[in-house]
Amino acid sequence: MPGRLRIALQAAAVLVVALLLALLGWQVFQKDDAPDLGRPAPNFTLPHLTSDQDVSLASFRGKVVVLNFWASWCGPCKDEAPLLESAWNRYKDQGVVVLGVDAQDFDVDAQRFVDRAGITYPIVRDKHGSTLGHYGVTGFPETWFVDRQGRLVGEHVAGPLTEEDLERNIRIALAEPA
Amino acid sequence: MTRMLLAALVVALAVVAPAAASEQNPTLPELERELICPTCHELLAASTSPIAERMRAFIRARISAGDTKSEIKAKLVDQFGESVLAAPPKSGFNLLAWVLPLAGIVLAAGVVGYLAYRWSRGRRDEEEAAGPSGNGRFALDAERERRLDEELARYDA
Repeated sequence: MPGRLRIALQAAAVLVVALLLALLGWQVFQKDDAPDLGRPAPNFTLPHLTSDQDVSLASFRGKVVVLNFWASWCGPCKDEAPLLESAWNRYKDQGVVVLGVDAQDFDVDAQRFVDRAGITYPIVRDKHGSTLGHYGVTGFPETWFVDRQGRLVGEHVAGPLTEEDLERNIRIALAEPA
Repeated sequence: MTRMLLAALVVALAVVAPAAASEQNPTLPELERELICPTCHELLAASTSPIAERMRAFIRARISAGDTKSEIKAKLVDQFGESVLAAPPKSGFNLLAWVLPLAGIVLAAGVVGYLAYRWSRGRRDEEEAAGPSGNGRFALDAERERRLDEELARYDA
């Protein structure tokens, strides 16, 4: 084999191996880890469930956000919805927003869930599940608390919330400086 | 010639007709093999998660309503994104996923073929360079000739 061709083939082989290694590294570092508490909450912009308007997390800066990930087929989400609705009504005058993120779901099912549970807090639809990785969501329901500066505070509740969880974490978020 | 054309037509129909029938009248099992459960990332056929059950109910309803396979898949992609498809669509960037493996196989076959050709030609060149002996057979090099003589002498003794 001519020397130049041999070198070209070897270079191509090395390049392919390097690309595969780079892909592996990228995949490893892209794994869906939950963000650290105290860090800024990853921003997102998603369509509102019932309107064509887009809602971004950043638009709630200056308010405490209870960020709840749910799906209509999730049993504990049904139990949790009245607690969230109640907290929303109780705290909205103090600058607290409950923001539901519905994912891995059918539009029609999500809408039916909202109607049946009488939910009045804003719900966005994450059709492609793009926020789940950024928040390390591995199941439903999961809840994060965001303070008025847009930082994750309190506890990351992976599983159904209790009334105490809600109260305690909303108070922690409210106590953070604005 | 006419027979060959006829045979080609029959083969083409045998391939295209079932595909067209499947597109127009899809079944739940075949769609289950072409879709992924969005929560467990398994084939829909193997998943028992709540959303998988809901997707099956949706597919049954759409089949009853007369949707084609493409229409059902498009509606599911609209709800869950392209990750719900077991195989990426053959368009846009996703086309690479289909083309690259084939290109890799063709390239690898070319490289192997070229190396085999070079190897066999190299051997032939070596043999030709050695040249045939008086009896028409290729001559051994001096070292092999010496070892052969030694072996034969030992055998005769």
